[in-house]
Order: sequence, then C-alpha cells, then structure tokens
Amino acid sequence: MSKLLEMKNITKRFPGVIANDNINFSLEKGNVHSLLGENGAGKSTLMSVLSGLYKQDEGEIYIKGEKNNFKSPNDAIKNGIGMVYQHFMLIPRLTVIENIILGIKQEKEPLINEKKAAREIQEIADKYGMDIDPYAKVWQLSVGEQQRVEIIKALYRGAEILILDEPTAVLTPQEIEELFNMVEQLLKEDKGIIFISHKIEEVRNISDKITVLREGKKIGTVDATAKKKKLAQMMVGREVVFTVDKDNVSFGKEVLKLENIEAQNNKGLKAIDKVSFEVHKGEIYGIAGVDGNGQSELIEVIAGLRKADNGSVKFLNEDITNQEPRSILRKGVAHIPEDRQVCGLVMDMDIKENMVMQDYHEAPHCNGSFLDWNYISKHTNDLINQYNIKAPSEKEEARNLSGGNQQKLILARELHREPELLLAMHPTRGLDVGAIEYVHEKLLEARKEGRAILFVSTELDEIMNISDRMAVIYEGKIMGEVKPEEVTKEEVGLMMAGTKKEELK
Amino acid sequence: MENILNLIQNLLIADFRTATPILLAGIGLIYMYRAGIVNIGVEGTMLIGAFAGSYGAYIFNNVWMGILVAGIVGGIVGAIFAFLIITIKADQIVTGVAINILAIGLTTTLNRILFGVNTSPPEIPSIGKISLPYLSEIPFIGRLLFNQLSMVYLALLLVPITYYIFYKTTIGLKIRAVGDHPKAADTAGVNVFKVRYWTTIFGSMLAGIGGAFLSTGILSFFTEDMVAGRGFIALAAVIFGNWNPWGVLGASLLFGFGDAIQIRIQAMGSNIPYQFLIMVPYLLTITALAGLVGKVNPPKASAEPYIKEE
Amino acid sequence: MPADTKIDIKKIAIPIFSVLVSFILGGIIIKMMGLSPSTAFKALMQGGIGNINALGETFVKATPLVFTALSYAFAYKAGLINIGAEGQLYMGGFLATLVGTNFQGLPMYIHLPLAIIAAFIGGGLWGLVVAWLKVRFNANEIITTVMLNYIAMNWISYLVTGPMKAPPGNYPQSKDILSTALLPNILPGSRLHLGLLLAVLMLIFYYIFFKKTKTGYETRIVGRNRKAADYAGMKSKKLSLLIMFIAGGVAGLAGASEILGIQGRMIEGFSPGYGFDGIAVALLGLNSSFGIGLSAIFFGFLRSGGNMMQMLAQVPVSVISIITGLVIIFVIAGQAISNNRIAGLQKIIDLFKRSEPNNGKHS
Repeated sequence: MSKLLEMKNITKRFPGVIANDNINFSLEKGNVHSLLGENGAGKSTLMSVLSGLYKQDEGEIYIKGEKNNFKSPNDAIKNGIGMVYQHFMLIPRLTVIENIILGIKQEKEPLINEKKAAREIQEIADKYGMDIDPYAKVWQLSVGEQQRVEIIKALYRGAEILILDEPTAVLTPQEIEELFNMVEQLLKEDKGIIFISHKIEEVRNISDKITVLREGKKIGTVDATAKKKKLAQMMVGREVVFTVDKDNVSFGKEVLKLENIEAQNNKGLKAIDKVSFEVHKGEIYGIAGVDGNGQSELIEVIAGLRKADNGSVKFLNEDITNQEPRSILRKGVAHIPEDRQVCGLVMDMDIKENMVMQDYHEAPHCNGSFLDWNYISKHTNDLINQYNIKAPSEKEEARNLSGGNQQKLILARELHREPELLLAMHPTRGLDVGAIEYVHEKLLEARKEGRAILFVSTELDEIMNISDRMAVIYEGKIMGEVKPEEVTKEEVGLMMAGTKKEELK
Repeated sequence: MENILNLIQNLLIADFRTATPILLAGIGLIYMYRAGIVNIGVEGTMLIGAFAGSYGAYIFNNVWMGILVAGIVGGIVGAIFAFLIITIKADQIVTGVAINILAIGLTTTLNRILFGVNTSPPEIPSIGKISLPYLSEIPFIGRLLFNQLSMVYLALLLVPITYYIFYKTTIGLKIRAVGDHPKAADTAGVNVFKVRYWTTIFGSMLAGIGGAFLSTGILSFFTEDMVAGRGFIALAAVIFGNWNPWGVLGASLLFGFGDAIQIRIQAMGSNIPYQFLIMVPYLLTITALAGLVGKVNPPKASAEPYIKEE
Repeated sequence: MPADTKIDIKKIAIPIFSVLVSFILGGIIIKMMGLSPSTAFKALMQGGIGNINALGETFVKATPLVFTALSYAFAYKAGLINIGAEGQLYMGGFLATLVGTNFQGLPMYIHLPLAIIAAFIGGGLWGLVVAWLKVRFNANEIITTVMLNYIAMNWISYLVTGPMKAPPGNYPQSKDILSTALLPNILPGSRLHLGLLLAVLMLIFYYIFFKKTKTGYETRIVGRNRKAADYAGMKSKKLSLLIMFIAGGVAGLAGASEILGIQGRMIEGFSPGYGFDGIAVALLGLNSSFGIGLSAIFFGFLRSGGNMMQMLAQVPVSVISIITGLVIIFVIAGQAISNNRIAGLQKIIDLFKRSEPNNGKHS
C-alpha cells in the first residue's frame, strides 16, 4: 500500500516543555490511524505541526513520499491536509460559504463567485449525505452542523488527509454514529484519516492502526485489535483500574431539592425546562448529557449565578431560589466550577490569593475591612500540604501550576469548608489519569463524610462508575432518572440523544 | 419661505463639506476596526495629515501634491502604529493616546519651525470646486450634490467601493474574518499580520487625507490643533454606523450637519448654546453602544493582539 | 500580595530607559531645529528645579497629574480602561466651582472641604455613568469615556459662556471662587497649594486600598477574572460601579486642585490635557503608588521647565508633548516585549523547579 504521509523524527519544543520528542507517524490510503493519549500527551501539537500552525524544531514531513515541510497553514492545505479542530475554527458571523472559501484563491481573484461556491458546497454535502444550508450564518447552526461545515471546509480544499481532533466530544452517541459512517465513505475514496482521541473504546472501533503518545513521546503503534487494558497501560504508563471501589453508604436526609426549575441561557432561550430532582446526604447524584444541554445553566441556577424563571431550589428545606451567590455559598454550598481556568481561578494571581477567595471575608482571614495576609499565608500552606499541591510556595502564580495541581487548589479551597453540598461540574475534564483518580478519591471521601454531591460529567463511563443515582439531561429536560447498575450504556446513550426513559425498549 | 429653503440648502452644502473629513477618516477606521484594530490615534493621524497636506501643498505649490504627501505621511504613521501594536503587541488604546499626544507636539513644533512664529500663516493652494455639467443645474440638489469640492466626490465614491470590497471580494472577507476570529482565519490560510498591517496603513492614509482636507479644503492653511476632535467623531461615526460604509456615510452626514449649524451659529455671534450640537454625535454614539438605538455589533477581536505560537 | 509590591528590576528598567531614550530623541529634534540641546535642557532644569518658584511650579503641575494617573490606575486594577479622566476632571471642576462660588459666609474649614467633596462627587458621577453603561448595557468603556470627555468639555464651555458666565466681562469664565473655598498656598514664593497634600493622601489611600483591604482584593480579582469573582460570590457589577466612582472622583479632584488652587475660577478648557497625560504618568509609574508619585513629579517638571525652555532657548514648549508621547510609546512597547519574554523565561525556570515534567499546557 502507498503511504500518504510520513512524519519522521518530529521534535517540537515549547519553552520548558518538549511537546513532541522524536515522533514517527505514518498514514496509508484508505486507513484510519488514531493518535491515542491523555491530555497534554502531545497529540494536538503533532497535528498542529502537520497542519502548518507550528513549525517543528527537528524532523521531516513526507507527503506521498516527497519531503514537504510546511511553512504555514496555507502550505499544508495546498498539500491536501485538512484539519477539523476540536474547538471549531469557524467565524460565527460569517455564512457557511464565507467560512468555507476563506483563504482560498478565487477564479477571478479578488472577486467572489458566491453561487458557484454554494453549488460546489452543496455537491460535497450531497455526496456524503450531509444536510447543510450554504447561505446560513454559522452562529445559527447546531454544534453537530458546525462540525459538518468544518469537514466540508477541509474537503472543499481538496483534503486527502483529514485530521479529526477529538471529534466526538461534542456529539451525541447517534451523531457519533453518523460521523463514523461518513468516515467509512471517505475511506472508500482512498482518503486517509487521522483520528485524535483519549477514549480507548472509540479508537478501537474506528481505527486500523493506533499510535499511543505519552508525555510527548511515542510509546508505540499497535493494531486496533489490541486489548483495551494494554492500550490503557501504554497511555498512562501503568496499570489502570477501570472501576471505582465504592463503599456502600446509606443516604441520609434530603440536602438539595429542585422543583420544576426553568431558566434561560445567555441568548434568552429556554435552557432549563421543568427540572426536578433531589440529592441526599452521602449521595453522589450524576447529571449525564452531551455538553451544552443545560448543565451549565442548571448549576448556575443552584449557585445563584443565574436567575430561575420558575420553580424552586431548596437547600436543607430552606428556599434559596434566586438568592445572592454569596449567601448561598455561606449556607454550606461549595462549587467546583466547570472550567477551572475560566471561572475557577485567577490565573495571574498567586496560590494564596486564589485559596482565600471563599474565606477572605470572614475572620480570622480578615479583620474588619482589612485582610490578614500573614494568617492567610499560613492557612494556605497548611492546605498545600494537606492536599499535596505541588508548588514551590504559596506565592506561585496559579498559571504556573499543572492542570492537576490547579484542580487540587480548587478542591482544597472548596472542600476544606466542609460543605453540606458540593456542586462538581466536569471536575476531571482535561486532567491526566493520576489527577483524575485523585479527584475521584476526594469525591468519594466527601461522600463518605456525608456530603451531598451533584456531579456533572459528559463522560459516560465516569459518571456511571461514580454516581449512586443519575439523571440524563437533554435540551434542558430530564429524560429520566436511573441507577447506573440498572441500565446499559446504550440506554443512557439513547437518553442523551433525547429518548425518554419510558420510551426505552 | 424662499429664505428658509435657501438656508437649508446652504447648510446642506456646508454639511457635505464638514462631513467629508469625518467620512474619510471614518472609512479608514472601518478597514482597521473590521480587522480588529481600534485606532484612537486617528485624531493625531488626522492632525499630522492636516499639517503634511498644507506643507506639501505649500512646497509643491500644488494642492494635490499636498494631499498625496498627507496620504503618504498618514501611511507612515499607520505603519509605525501597526508595528507597535501588531509586531510588538503593545496595547492599542494606550498607543493611540500616545500618537495623539505626539501628533500635537510634532505638528506644533514643526509648524513653528517651518512657518515661523507670530507670522500669519501663508496662503496655500486649496482644493477647488467641480461643477458637473447639466447635473449641477438641477434645482436644489444640483448645487448640493453636483457643485462641490472635488475631494467631496472622492470621499463619497469611497463608500460604495468600500462596501463592494467588504462584501464581494476576498480582501473584504479576509478583513472581516481577521477582526472576528484571527486564529480561525490563520488556520484557513489567511496571513493575519499582513491583513492587519495593510488595513492599518491604508486606513491611516485615508485619515491623513481626511486631515489634509481640513487644511487644504475647508481652510487653506494649517492651525494648531485644527482637527479638534474630528478623529473621535469619526470613531463615533463608525460605531454609530455599525461598521458599515453606508452607515458611516449616514453618521458622518448627521454629525457634519450639527457641525455645519454650529459653525454658522458661532459665526453669527448668536447666543444659542451651540455646544449642545457638538455633543450630539457623542451622545448618539453612547446610546448606540448601549443598544438603545438599534444594536451595534463590534468585531469580536477588537483591540486584541493576535499571539501566534510557533 | 498586590503586584505593585513586587519590585522587579526589569520592570523598573523599562521606564528609566524609556525616559532616557525619549530625551535623547528630544535633543536630536532640538538640534535639527538648529538650536542647542544643552542650552534647552539647562533651561529646562532651571525652569523645573532652578529656584523655589520653579520647584513649586513642578509640584503644582504634578498635583493634578497624580489625581488623573490614580484615576487611570484605579480603573485599570478593576480591568477597566479609563480614557475619561479629562472629562471627569472637568465635571469635578464644575461642581467645585458651583460650591466655591456660592455659600458666602461659610467658614473655610467647612467651605473648602465641601468644594473638594463636590469635585469628587462630580467626577465620580461622571465615572459612574461609564460603569453603569458597562454593567447595564455592556457598552465598551474605552469608547464611552472618549465620548464623555467631549460632552464634559462642551458642557463646561456652555456654562462659562452661558449660565455661569461672570458678569459683565466678555471672557468665557465663571465668577471668582470665594476666598473661603480656595486651597491655601503652602510654599511662599511659589504657587504651590494644599492640593499637593491631598494628592499625597490619595496616593496613600490607593496603596492601602489595594494592599490591605478586602474591597481592594475583590477589585483586583474582578479586574483579572470577572467570572471567577462572580463564582466566588463577589458582586463584580457593584464593584465596577464603586471603582469607577472612585476613579472618576479622584480625577474630579484634579479639577478642584486646578480651580481652587491655581485658576481661582472656571475657564473654558482649563485643563491642558492633564487627563491624557495622567495615562502616561500611570504607565511610567507602573500603576504603583510610589511610581505614580515619582513619574507625576517628572512630568510636572517637564511642564514647568518647558515654559522656561521656550523663553530662554526658543525651543517650542510643544517639544515636551513629543517627549511625553515618546515616553508612553517606549514604556508600552518595552512592557509588551518583556512580557512576552518573561512568559517564556518563566516556563524554563519552572522546569528546573519541578522534578516532574510539566505537561498539559501545550497539547
């Protein structure tokens, strides 16, 4: 078989980090070659080198046997590389056509022939069974549709090698199925696909070959028939336990009770529709669902960050609906926010300033209007030791911590307050396996101590392992409440795609 | 009745004239703003253009040479600004403030050196009127639209041209993409830095020419601080005009009309508080920004440097 | 700790270097005019620190600059870019004049503080408008402050040619401030007035506010990450309103100091751009209280020495504006360059500090 692509001895350094260390990678026509690895293993860096966004420090790229080191994204595009980024590179204000032809030389440069472009886009869409309106503005499209635009954009540019970077993260199981069908069709046309993921199961399903990266190094390339356990070991560097040991804890009294909550999203559309459930003392209650189905809004309503239009939130039998965040937090609610860098931490402030964000307004952290920085430093140092945060001192800026240590900082800040209720939103997202295990451990510890935990995750395996009970949310509605041991993954997947529990089977 | 009509006609004729520098700088600003660059240094760029224009016209004894010099000097100021904010990634707003302070110092100093202190400014050639045959004889609008200073026509012509460039060509598409989402534009193969450099240089050239129209069109000499906030009004016009050339034309005419009335009131020595008229553009722009009149929609990456990791 | 307590040699080197280079360039420009840079700079020194009067004049010019620079710095810490100190200064001057020209018979110890508080409120309300437009309508404060500057200037112009115009004169100016509302002279033989003390007090207030107080800490969090502040239960919108009120108020004090300390009445365009120069002062002073104090004295020195330079060396005073503009450009460019480098250096340092490789930042 002929090699579409060969990357030889690619090394890419960033200040202080070797993101890719002497990596070899090749792709054949009609094949799917996956890149498997944890966050930060160097998958995206390698693909950014291939797509011309980064320049490698060492190594060569060969396209169909010819040496070709790209100087720019344009260069890569011309050589048949098409990248579908995890965070779509689309401009919401522009139309589908404009997004797709952006940067391509037109026949009558600089004049744009919109009709011709629309026709060509339609042809590609029809060919692969995609439904898309070329004249629509991108912001009007759903996430799945936007992904299709990205794929068409790559194909329109004559991509022969299509890179899909974590394409399934934003899709429902059914949409994933559609995507995989499309991949099959592309393979029939002798195109090559590079599939980037950290989900072992998925990678085994779709790939011909799998290359595993860890900490910037290539661990090895194996066939898709490789055992799940072996892949996990390659990925993490040690044996991984897939199940979490949970002690049986009996639930206590009702801590959180939601009744018919309704709320809007930032666009003023209904995001939460009549959501009701309750969480008990000593219980982990999971909210499963594809990203963007109202999880953020739901948690924000409970935390007082978003107005509930209807319904009530009760905390320990007290109505706390639409109270100020501060007053809710002070009653004994803690919050691990969804994105630690965006809403959890102030990246260019130091550890102690981040650590005290919930406590600063109460003695002994302050004295009247003034803060007691000596006390705060001491207190912070205690927590750094207790939660095993790796940092030179409490004066280190949060941005200099690794993702795992940033999350530990947040865990320390929230859990040391001994809350009655913990809102944990994607607490393991973007972490390496070691840190994920630490977070799970802490959550289970909190459960044992009798805290009520509301746990939001999009990772099906994780949520089914951790939760005592769980609800599946779809377009702001609860599709049903289940016990993880009583349902299959497929059933939960269907609920995530909008099937009600009663409609199952 | 005839008198009132006459007054309105005269005001409107004056309006086109006072609106022209705002329009020129405003169109220049659209190119920059749409590419994500907020250049509050246009005020200073216009001032430098005003000086360069009058000095160029004086030296070459030809007003069009003056305009050319103003355009080139404006472009140079734009290139310096571009280097600071694009290559070095200095803060756009503060750099703009610095350009304004620098411009006042430079033009005042140069004016005193080149034209001397305490002497009345020399008369320099100025832009003449062009009367379009037949069209200018149409009652009312003939004198208004077809008997104007030649630069007015050029400025008006820029409006449809700019609109066409923005929405019908790849150049405009690139500019709009870069201003909204530079990284997406980069991955699609657009050279973000190149687009930003050229829009800044081209936009600043127009601002320089707009300034030169003050010293060679409306007046025929340079006076210190003669731009007097018109750069900021142009900025206001761009926002009020929702970053659209036609909108900016409308805003410029509206703001210029206030200016024209204000000049007339002051010239008459009347007691009518003309200051409120001067405030109108600023007030309207604030209400537009607040979404009280229509909804403005600024480019998403406004005033943000593009940092490319390599 | 607040960032301004971390003394970093590299940070301080940039302003000093910028000032030096700007002076050299200024000298070259003077030379190109066919004049003598050494005579010019000698005259500058003489006019800035040559005698009691000159020294006093330097501090007279530094006083409003401290206020306007603090105005920029306060807002900056809250993540807001306040280009509106000029307008806030005018509105402060307006209310100070209103109080200072009325209430005949009040004793000084009531009248003067009242006029100063009025100035603070005047500027503060003008700043509050900005914050309100921001938190209520999400209107960009950079643009609104620029617009509000011109509205304020024209408002003052209207007042001194209309309702507040002193009868019977033809000059566009207000009545004289009553003597009980004037800031008293504190250095005989110069124009130096009590406003300087007020400026020093505001610098101390600024220092304590951000270094020690809860509200200052909250403000810095809001300034750097508004969302994180909200998630931690802080009221970011209320804080923005408060800080812009303070920022505007401090700028308003610059208006009070000019009118109650120097002019003795309100005149059309009574500020020679102190609001904009304040941005340069804050930048050069690295937004720290000590730095702002020093750089305000420096710019005050330039302004007071500049006049002497024009008189003795025939160098137009506008050269000072060139130097000011250049200083801003060099400081801002220097900071931008070094920030990019520091970020790179930091990552290398981290690698040595920590035994485990630091992954996860680039993937």
